[in-house]
Amino acid sequence: MSGANDVYDPKEVAALKPEALQEAVRKAREAFAAATDLDALAGVKPAHLGDRSPLLTARREIGALPPAAKAEAGKRVNEAQHAIKSVFDERRAELQIERDERVLRDETVDVTLPWDRIPRGARHPITTLAERVGDVFVAMGYEVAEGPELETEWFNFDALNFGKDHPARTMSDTFYIGPKDSGLVLRTHTSPVQVRALLDRDLPVYVVCPGRTFRTDELDATHTPVFHQVEGLAVDKGITMAHLKGTLDAFARAMFGEQSRTRLRPHFFPFTEPSAEVDVWFPEKKGGAGWVEWGGCGMVNPNVLRACGVDPEVYSGFAFGMGLERTLQFRNGLSDMRDMIEGDVRFTLPFGTEA
Amino acid sequence: MRIPVTWLTEHLEFDEAPTPDQLADAFVRIGIEVDDVSPLGTVTGPLVVGRVAEIEELAEFKKPIRYCKVEVGGDEPSGIVCGATNFVEGDLVVVALPGAVLPGDFTISARKTYGRTSNGMICSASELGLGDDHSGILVLPGGEASPGDDAMALLGLDDTVMELTPTPDRGYCFSVRGLGRELACAFDVPFGDPAFATEVPEAEGEVHPVHIEDRDGCSRFVARRVTGVDASAPTPWFMRRRLMLAGVRSISLAVDVTNYVMLELGQPLHAFDANAIKGGLVVRRATAGEKLTTLDGVERALDPDDIVICDETGPISLAGTMGGESTEITGESTDILLEAAVWDPASIARTVRRHKLPSEAAKRFERTIDPALAPMALERAAKLLHQYGDGSILPGRTDVGLPELPGPVSMPIDLPDRVAGVHYARGVTARRLGQIGCRVEVTTGDDGTTFITAVPPTWRSDLVQPADLVEEVLRLEGLDSIPSTLPPAPAGRGLTETQRRRRTASRALAESGFVEVLPFPFTSPAVWDAFGLDADDVRRNAVTVLNPLEAERDQLATTLLPGLIDAAQRNLSRGQRDLALFHLGQVTLPRAQQVPVPDLGTEGRPSEAELATALAALPQQPLHAAALLTGHREQAGWWGEGRQATWADAVEAARTAAAAYGVTLTVVASDLAPWHPGRCAELRVGDWPVGHAGELHPKVVEALGLPKRTCVMELDLDALPLSDQRPAPVVSPYPPVLLDVALVVDAKVPAGELTETLRGGGGDLLEEIRLFDDYTGEQVGEGKRSVAYSLRFRAPDRTLTLEEATAARDTAVAAASERHGATLRA
Repeated sequence: MSGANDVYDPKEVAALKPEALQEAVRKAREAFAAATDLDALAGVKPAHLGDRSPLLTARREIGALPPAAKAEAGKRVNEAQHAIKSVFDERRAELQIERDERVLRDETVDVTLPWDRIPRGARHPITTLAERVGDVFVAMGYEVAEGPELETEWFNFDALNFGKDHPARTMSDTFYIGPKDSGLVLRTHTSPVQVRALLDRDLPVYVVCPGRTFRTDELDATHTPVFHQVEGLAVDKGITMAHLKGTLDAFARAMFGEQSRTRLRPHFFPFTEPSAEVDVWFPEKKGGAGWVEWGGCGMVNPNVLRACGVDPEVYSGFAFGMGLERTLQFRNGLSDMRDMIEGDVRFTLPFGTEA
Repeated sequence: MRIPVTWLTEHLEFDEAPTPDQLADAFVRIGIEVDDVSPLGTVTGPLVVGRVAEIEELAEFKKPIRYCKVEVGGDEPSGIVCGATNFVEGDLVVVALPGAVLPGDFTISARKTYGRTSNGMICSASELGLGDDHSGILVLPGGEASPGDDAMALLGLDDTVMELTPTPDRGYCFSVRGLGRELACAFDVPFGDPAFATEVPEAEGEVHPVHIEDRDGCSRFVARRVTGVDASAPTPWFMRRRLMLAGVRSISLAVDVTNYVMLELGQPLHAFDANAIKGGLVVRRATAGEKLTTLDGVERALDPDDIVICDETGPISLAGTMGGESTEITGESTDILLEAAVWDPASIARTVRRHKLPSEAAKRFERTIDPALAPMALERAAKLLHQYGDGSILPGRTDVGLPELPGPVSMPIDLPDRVAGVHYARGVTARRLGQIGCRVEVTTGDDGTTFITAVPPTWRSDLVQPADLVEEVLRLEGLDSIPSTLPPAPAGRGLTETQRRRRTASRALAESGFVEVLPFPFTSPAVWDAFGLDADDVRRNAVTVLNPLEAERDQLATTLLPGLIDAAQRNLSRGQRDLALFHLGQVTLPRAQQVPVPDLGTEGRPSEAELATALAALPQQPLHAAALLTGHREQAGWWGEGRQATWADAVEAARTAAAAYGVTLTVVASDLAPWHPGRCAELRVGDWPVGHAGELHPKVVEALGLPKRTCVMELDLDALPLSDQRPAPVVSPYPPVLLDVALVVDAKVPAGELTETLRGGGGDLLEEIRLFDDYTGEQVGEGKRSVAYSLRFRAPDRTLTLEEATAARDTAVAAASERHGATLRA
């Protein structure tokens, strides 16, 4: 360390000369620019901003200057040091950005790699279709009613105005439960649920009944002994066939789009009078929009109301029913009924979890 | 039924005849199903009547070939080669001359064949598009035409055959008479009822003694006798043509007449050879052991429920179903007893089913015929036999029994309007009911209400209540005139709690990788053996189906597992290896004591006691959930190894389903077939068992041909409580203290119990306990296990100190030590 020296001329001290300082700044700028990463930058930092850097050496000379020269020399050194520092900071910031980008680049993965460690499952389309139908009617104020699959003949036939000798009661149509004359059958339709609804609930009754049903058909491309139906029942004061038509139209629109509607053809069922078959206008029908047979319907036969303790003079009602397999078959263009039965996961998986 | 349009419309007066398509549309609109509308094939060019003048048999060919000289109206007969042999010289036939084009674009030209020149073709009915009869060429009855006549008009080839299926309640529609009336209503045109076209003269005494012993089975029996019928008289062409187009084979004049009248009027008739009948006739039920050989030559053992017509020798006819061989009309029969009866529809239906003998007659009886029709139909038939068979109608007529005729039905005159939701024009109801044949009377009650009373015509026994009359008005006015309106919406309550939870459970299982299957409930008892169930296992006690589709699968499943396993096997056989399947469905569990089902009647609501008894007679049918896993639960991939499904995945599936119900299952070790005795978890809600989960017993896996380590679970969803818990958690904002603890216990101590002990011992400060390691091995010694937990302590109101947390942990460990002999692992 040099002592004070009044005669000392800073201009004469080489290290404090403006050219030397400018040279130091220039060299620092060069060195920092040459550093290609943060480590290299840190490596060259001491040479330009460290204790042995030219500037620090120069600063130490200031003490030896005469007081008059000190201020000017100090100012010059400070300016040079600031310049180097800011060059350094700038470069560091640049290199940090570069580094961050590189890290992200290096972490890049192939996002197209598959990830099916636990493949998703699926619900059966009949289940989701039944729920969807339920939702449509719940939105109209109905409730979803259910009942057992094994029923008494009374619920399945008698209460529904089937005569004792109706052909549907034969063993060639209906599964009977042992022992002989047990009076028990596998329900042939979900209509017994309607009977239960009328017996169990306070009027008015608005219910929709999805469920599994049974008839002794051999399994083939268009028949299955176990299938699913959905039926609707509305019993209230002043229910008309126009209400039935309106409800079926709304149902058709909900299932097949705004273009859809229904058409009624007179028919016969024991449990309704008048009765009709329902055709639905299906815009996506194979080969072009057209009518498709969809189900049956009618005004609840007064005999059914009476058997359930409902006064047909006061109340009237409508009922309708469709097969879910059939609905799914034409809605989705499925050619073989067996696909819906066999439980092959390749059939069910594409349907996902919601209808 | 098949019927040509010209016959259908014979009794209708159209200003302008509708096209067959318009007729079909009208039928559909009023409720008669149209299965087919087929125009007869188009024939163009020369089609003439020919007379076979000479037949030369050409013997040199493998099959019989004839070279015929046929007079076709020209100077010289035409030489025509023919392969059929069902005609003789002098017969009238139909000849397609060169230039004619038959249905199917079959062009006829003169050609050389079998060494001769054939100048045309002698046609069969099927070649002319008149029916399916290929059995030979069409021979026309003599005297109806002359050689050279245009055959086109004679054959009535410009016609269309409709195939119609009337609904079973409309028996009257199985006839030209009934269908004609329907069309008259649909088109609003006049109709001349053919039943009334034949005058029925007063009878002079009985023609044959008949006694109806069983009035329930037979409400009317009418007989007429025609003698001296020419047994060789041909059936007139118009009749043969119509029968042919209706799909009925021509047999003999007598039989053809009965069929023709049945098709025309709807009354099935039976013709007996009167000379073969021995003594008076009795109508009764058969007695056990009686036998009858029917027209088809089959000897049938009769059932005491069968209605039979008997003479002194015993049964000679199975009523309404099929006649007997002994009194059959033969080629020599000249003396004919015609029967027209009204049989009990249900009895006929049972007989048909019992003997598997469906017939055109039975079809009509089953659907109820017009009880007033018998004398008219008989008269029509007798007159046809007189006219075409030269028979003499005896003056007597037997007519016994008293059929029930439809009674009057009254309703408010605006009931159709109220049911339809339509304002029909004034007078519509009365007009429509009149049109279908009702006698109609309109009256006004004391309170000003207008009523209409309709006495249905004899053929409409289906009209018994106001709703039936309403239907007639609505269908004839057209269901398409009914507007589309929604009923006033009730305030619904949405899905029930159970329904929502079931949906959630189903969705949760699917989202966690399971695929839903819907197997049939039909199960073979053999599966219980494969399951290794004890002889007295309750699951073997299944409800049986009396008429199963597959004889060995005659039980209704008491568990969902057999169906699920079936579905798994099908998938495995199709090359699938990794499977996770589930099924939500009812199982059927018989009651310990079978209660007889009471007859509840249909006159009104059954009493609560009756209903309760009926419901108690039903087996229990709880909703179960079941799942099956085999192969990988987690797939191998670029990320590394896969993971085989284990018992734990089956337990987890059950937990997933239960969680959807808001229920946390507890698990205890169990040993229940078909599970592996060491890998079977009993699933409980509190202390209540609700299902099982785990790995299948290796023997079961082997017996069922399943992959090793297949795992299943089954849960009774109906047994899960519907907790109405609405948790309101208080979430502490204070920091937790995390402590780990490893305990050494006897290897037999279940982790579940140890965890519960720790949880209890940890007290309120223990926010979470998690088992993260389970170790057995040298370091803990034989028969021991080390179970490691991480514990998270937290106070609701302050920052918990380490000391407090440690004290709570020590309490927990002390409890474990006291209860399970646990020691802290060094």
